[in-house]
Amino acid sequence: MVPLSYYLIVSAILFSLGAAGVFLRRNLITILLSIEIMLNAVNLTFVAFGRFAGDVDGQIIPFFVMTVAAAEAAVGLALIIALFRHRESLNPDTFTNLKW
Amino acid sequence: MPETLVFYLFSGLAIVASALVIGQRNPMYSVLLLVLSFAAIAGLFLQLDAPFLALALMIVYAGAIMVLFLFVVMLLNAPQEDALTWDRAHPLRHPVVTRFGTLLAVVLSVELAYALMRGNDLAQPVGSRAGGELVSSVRELGRVLFTDYMFAFEATSILILVAMVGAVILARREREPS
Amino acid sequence: MDLRLLLQLAVIGFTFFMLINASALLVLAERKVMGFMQQRYGPYLVGPHGALQPLADILKLLFKEELRPKGADKWLFTLAPILSVTAAFAAFATVPWGAETTFFGLLDEPIKLGVADVNVGLLVIFAITSMGVYGIVLAGWSSNSKYSLFGGLRASAQMISYELSYATSLAAVVMLAGSLSVREIVDSQAGLWFGFIPRWLIFLQPVGFLVYAIAGVAETNRAPFDFPEAEQELVAGYNTEYSSVRFALFPQAEYINMATMSAVASDLYLGGWHFPGVPVWLGWAVFLAKVGAFLFFYIWMRWTLPRYRYDQLMGFGWKFLLPLSVVNLIATAGVWLYFNA
Repeated sequence: MVPLSYYLIVSAILFSLGAAGVFLRRNLITILLSIEIMLNAVNLTFVAFGRFAGDVDGQIIPFFVMTVAAAEAAVGLALIIALFRHRESLNPDTFTNLKW
Repeated sequence: MPETLVFYLFSGLAIVASALVIGQRNPMYSVLLLVLSFAAIAGLFLQLDAPFLALALMIVYAGAIMVLFLFVVMLLNAPQEDALTWDRAHPLRHPVVTRFGTLLAVVLSVELAYALMRGNDLAQPVGSRAGGELVSSVRELGRVLFTDYMFAFEATSILILVAMVGAVILARREREPS
Repeated sequence: MDLRLLLQLAVIGFTFFMLINASALLVLAERKVMGFMQQRYGPYLVGPHGALQPLADILKLLFKEELRPKGADKWLFTLAPILSVTAAFAAFATVPWGAETTFFGLLDEPIKLGVADVNVGLLVIFAITSMGVYGIVLAGWSSNSKYSLFGGLRASAQMISYELSYATSLAAVVMLAGSLSVREIVDSQAGLWFGFIPRWLIFLQPVGFLVYAIAGVAETNRAPFDFPEAEQELVAGYNTEYSSVRFALFPQAEYINMATMSAVASDLYLGGWHFPGVPVWLGWAVFLAKVGAFLFFYIWMRWTLPRYRYDQLMGFGWKFLLPLSVVNLIATAGVWLYFNA
């Protein structure tokens, strides 16, 4: 039998990997992918706790997280396409017009 | 015993695939590795008696959102990061200050893991407190979704509509005034 | 080893074996049926009535040279056909093809004829079918050639658009049958109404059946919806640059997808292995007949109807088929509530 803490540790590692991706990568698409990793880690935590407590709510909340993540990925990718059309680059460091 | 083995297999696959996602230069490979990571997490969901959620993850995330990512990568012919920025960004080639930061991050995660392992409440096996019949029933999931979470359900459907309209408008080419 | 385990493994192996045979037989059936429709014999030289033609085709393909264009992505070029074929075979995992059997009393408890019976079986089929998109997308992109890229992009856009109508028609079926397990949906179609009409869901859901059939044809990139591999327009679409074994896997994946779609249609709408008057232990033959009829319908459509242009195809999928399937779902829900409230 797998203890609950094992699932939580896996989820923590996945979350930190996603966060590391957001900080370290210089490619807009890979940053979005890392955000998806983080969201999935959170889903795993919810489902693990839900199963532990015997509650169905642990599956309902990831359901909504997935839906919102889908909407966010769609809009984020549309933004990336629009940005790419302007600057021909996917490096976030090229979009620094507002810095003084 | 086979349960623990399956858990290690799926979680190891998920962690390795996610680590490779953030470590790949080619964005096409990153997307495909993320699909592999999703498949592993779906396996973990299956082990946690959540079959509907596991399949919904595969259908929605791996089957639709990742295809959308693939489209964008192919459409933009996403360039690989050039070697200089890649070398600068790689954690092991940072100057000493950021190497220290990476060390701190590793120490933090080890401490977190240790704290999680020690907590008595959390060390119980996952299925020990309650049986899995209620949690794995799709009927129960639907019932709770459409009664207790009705408002969130309707709000999410409006959100998806807004996102769809927004995505179409944002990705449109600007028309030159004729 | 335990006899039950052995027999279950034998059933699984038999299913896999029959799927491979199905793809070979479909190669022959397509060419013969096409030939007869065009008032000529199909292949007739190799073996009696051309029966060994698929064997000749496979041998020819195996001996061809394995090419890979220089700019093609090394890993993805080989991964794409493997993904296609794996998804095609795996989707058949939760499709039941017969009732339970004890193998003439050899076992105490009957085993179910089918690879697996999962209580969310229909979703498994749908999930794995949507994985099949990746094979085509990666084939198109990794070939590093413009015809392939066009074919791959168009095919994947088409497949994910028609998945929506596919899923909505499935939702109406689940509503009527009350379960996501394909075996239970089939068993809810046993019996007769008024003594002579079988309880098949096609009589309750004619519109849903049409939507499912059309979406299924579009999902497998067949018949009037095969623009992505349009032989006259795009050279060969996403499999332009492929040769030999890697090429052979693509039509095989296509035929297995056809067989899976026909099997799921027979299970969901045509009553699976139930037929009035036929004993349940012969159900697998009934199922085979229904799947065969559906596959004949597939081949018939391909060689009769002209091809949809790509924008017509996408317009049809989004602007007609999806609203139709949603209306079908809502109407089904309304009628069901009226009779069961």
